[in-house]
Amino acid sequence: MEDARLLQGQGRFVADLTLSRMLHVAFLRSPHAHARLVSVDTRPARTLPGVAACVTGDEIATHARPIRAESKMAGYHATEFPPLARGKVRFVGEAVVAVLAESRYVAEDALEAVDVRYAALPVVATPETAMAGDAPLVHEAAGSNVLLSRAFVRGDADAAMAGAAVVVGDRFRFHRHAGVTMENRACLADWNTGAGELTLWSSTQVPGLLREALAELLDLPAHRLRVVAPDVGGGFGVKSALYPEEVAVCALARLTGRPVKWVGDRREDLLTSTQAWDETIDAELAVDADGTIHALRARVVADVGAYSIHPWTASIEVVQVISFLPGPYRVPHYRGEAWGVATNKAPMGPYRGVGRPVSTFVTEALVDRAARRLGMDPVALRLRNLIRPDELPYRSPSGVVWDSGSFVESLERARDVVAYEHVRAAQRDPRRAGRYVGVGVACYVELTGVGSAIPASPGAAINTGTEGATVRVDPSGTVTASFGLACQGQGHETTLAQVVAAELGARLEDVRVVSGDTAAGPAGTGTYASRSAVIGGGAAILAARALREKALAIGAHLLEVSADDLTLADSRATVRGAPDRALSLREIARAAYAGAKRLPAGMEPGLEATRFYDPYFGTASNATHIAVVEVDPETCGVVVRRFVVVEDCGRIINPLIVEGQAIGGVAQGVGAALLEEIVYDGDGQLLTGSLMDYLVPTAAELPPVEVVHLERPSPTTLGGFKGVGEGGTIGAPAAVANAIADALKPLGIELSELPVTPDRLFRLLSRPRQAL
Amino acid sequence: MPDAVTVRLTVNGVAREGRCEPRKLFVDFLREDLGLTGTHVGCEHGVCGACTILIDGEAARSCIMLAVQADGAEILTIEGLAQNGKLHPLQEAFREHHGLQCGFCTPGMLMTALDLLRTNPSPTEAEIREGISAVLCRCTGYHGIIRAVEAAARAMR
Repeated sequence: MEDARLLQGQGRFVADLTLSRMLHVAFLRSPHAHARLVSVDTRPARTLPGVAACVTGDEIATHARPIRAESKMAGYHATEFPPLARGKVRFVGEAVVAVLAESRYVAEDALEAVDVRYAALPVVATPETAMAGDAPLVHEAAGSNVLLSRAFVRGDADAAMAGAAVVVGDRFRFHRHAGVTMENRACLADWNTGAGELTLWSSTQVPGLLREALAELLDLPAHRLRVVAPDVGGGFGVKSALYPEEVAVCALARLTGRPVKWVGDRREDLLTSTQAWDETIDAELAVDADGTIHALRARVVADVGAYSIHPWTASIEVVQVISFLPGPYRVPHYRGEAWGVATNKAPMGPYRGVGRPVSTFVTEALVDRAARRLGMDPVALRLRNLIRPDELPYRSPSGVVWDSGSFVESLERARDVVAYEHVRAAQRDPRRAGRYVGVGVACYVELTGVGSAIPASPGAAINTGTEGATVRVDPSGTVTASFGLACQGQGHETTLAQVVAAELGARLEDVRVVSGDTAAGPAGTGTYASRSAVIGGGAAILAARALREKALAIGAHLLEVSADDLTLADSRATVRGAPDRALSLREIARAAYAGAKRLPAGMEPGLEATRFYDPYFGTASNATHIAVVEVDPETCGVVVRRFVVVEDCGRIINPLIVEGQAIGGVAQGVGAALLEEIVYDGDGQLLTGSLMDYLVPTAAELPPVEVVHLERPSPTTLGGFKGVGEGGTIGAPAAVANAIADALKPLGIELSELPVTPDRLFRLLSRPRQAL
Repeated sequence: MPDAVTVRLTVNGVAREGRCEPRKLFVDFLREDLGLTGTHVGCEHGVCGACTILIDGEAARSCIMLAVQADGAEILTIEGLAQNGKLHPLQEAFREHHGLQCGFCTPGMLMTALDLLRTNPSPTEAEIREGISAVLCRCTGYHGIIRAVEAAARAMR
């Protein structure tokens, strides 16, 4: 539905919006990773032609409070993230001064005239140095650079390790990653002085969350604040936090009485958008001689960067790692411990998969190593340990409940689709000598459509378990369904329209979906954590069902039959067995709004319903990924030859869109495994500040991906839907890593670090070693 | 501030004229001075390809050239691809094969694919992959785009 406008250049992204009297803001950003602000002199810039205002951190502080992410987690230290730095700067790229001018060109010119004096402070460059006793503090008020720690324990992992036949373990490293949405972040604020109302257009995934947070930071009643996410060019979690620029443009619009627009450029995106992963994981897996998993233990340290972000907090990534390390396996004894450590880098945030790309990489690598040690086939070892259907629902060691799943089935199916035995035989073919071909398997399960039982981010002090839908049949019989969700390419205008059309009995072309505008839909938070189809879809079903019942009751009254004798399909109510006795939805709707004269006695007029849905626990979505790779020992390049996904996202609303989500996720996962890495030097300077340094996969680097849908409906969610937005990125890094390790098995090389760049592979291949 | 200069060119078959600073990027001129916001800015350093347009029939990145360099040129932007309300076969194919998700790279991707099919009307999958590797898409994994370009090539032959 959304395609037609986007294909013709008629989309409306924030950068495309223009308001009269609009000012453009450019931010002066810190060149230092850690420095005291000695003085800020904006006077020379203020007098330049075309410059409307220059605002410092101290000046904006009277108009907006700093962002503070609260959490109920014990031992967590919140941080204060001001819209413009005050006192000191904590990462390269942190905004220090805002210059407002008639054009972005003029605003950027004026940045040159602002004089900021810094006094450099010692840089906290790594979690290791940050955790040392004498380390300088990123946040003095926190009293420590360790912003959080958490552990999950089941049984006695230490004792189980001691008694196990085989223990495999290593220090794993998944480096820092950037989401790189193709649309950079952008926002535009308009303050209506007369009405005392503020409208913010932002490239955000979470208009509802932003409205709630901004109302507090700006001291503005929420009903005077409207947040709109128009067309948004990709989100992937990167656009799900509240950013200082969003607070700043709102405050600046109020300050100047003029609309204020900021459009980030790619350098600003790579410097300041939330980044992902950056974890070191010491993990061990214990198995019996027959390959049965006994115990798993892990210590995970995450570099969370300079600030704990709202609303997810600095815990979101690392606590998810220890939540999900046991994966889809029976793990009787488990201990997972996590630390989130502040450094002078861009803040860490949620990114597609959150924690699970890392946990899956580690656990799946350990499972493969155990298989190698035992001389077992890695598929056989997995089949022995995967949770079986008769064991569901299953409570994981971290307390997550898997309501359902097709773990064994998806692995068996993927094995067959890739013709696993055939690939293994080809590997052994002596004619392949000198060519390193490997096959890698990754199984995962993820919690999607998380309801109110637990917050989407552990400890976060916000509600993320519900969404609403308002469905209205207007007097002309067309249907508008509005949601608190937002869309960044997931195709909600198509899929949610399908859900409403099917449940209501309307023609698809009669249904229009509206979302991403707090003034247009019911209260909601937004789109993140693979929740929209499950929670928004569930709310859509409830609202459409209520309307269908009412429409049938009205139709029955008008046709003088029983409602049980009426069917509603294709926007037409028909008497069973008498197809010529029918009413269009339009005729029913006209009656609904005509009032008592045409309605059954006592019925409220109108044809509109709002319903909310809470799936409580949420539902398990699972898949198996298998990659076949070829490693070239000369160039140290890796080519992914095949990639198979067998996924189960429950009842499918639209197969093409599910396939698009799965393959798009795999593309990001392959990029994460082979190419993409954010690199900071020891001074906290970003070395990957352009798309020539931070490498996103092009079509030429990616394999064709084969996707098989299992479609086992969720037993616990309305509609049987399970989330599918993130899974591709969860399985792919692990599958590619295991395939490379499998390819290098003859050389006795194990893989413990991602991404496997040519440079890293060269070092691995050059290291002295003993062939197995 | 340097004096404004006049840029005259043909965009989507229509003679257009605008006055801007000599330093103004062509993509900003298209978007701000001519109001053609369908061409997107993704990186401003010539890597992502979102700003790709056709200049005198050839694909070019409008973010790494100046408006004054386009003086006298014939330009095709995404807004000129559909004719008389009818989608171009490439646009139809992108819709049919789910060749877009968020739609941000789509204008640049379509113009790049148009250039590819102009120079190679029957590309193999490998040639399509190489041809569209000039544009970054973060959503689709390129699968739907490749299927769409194959289908459009068939339709346009």
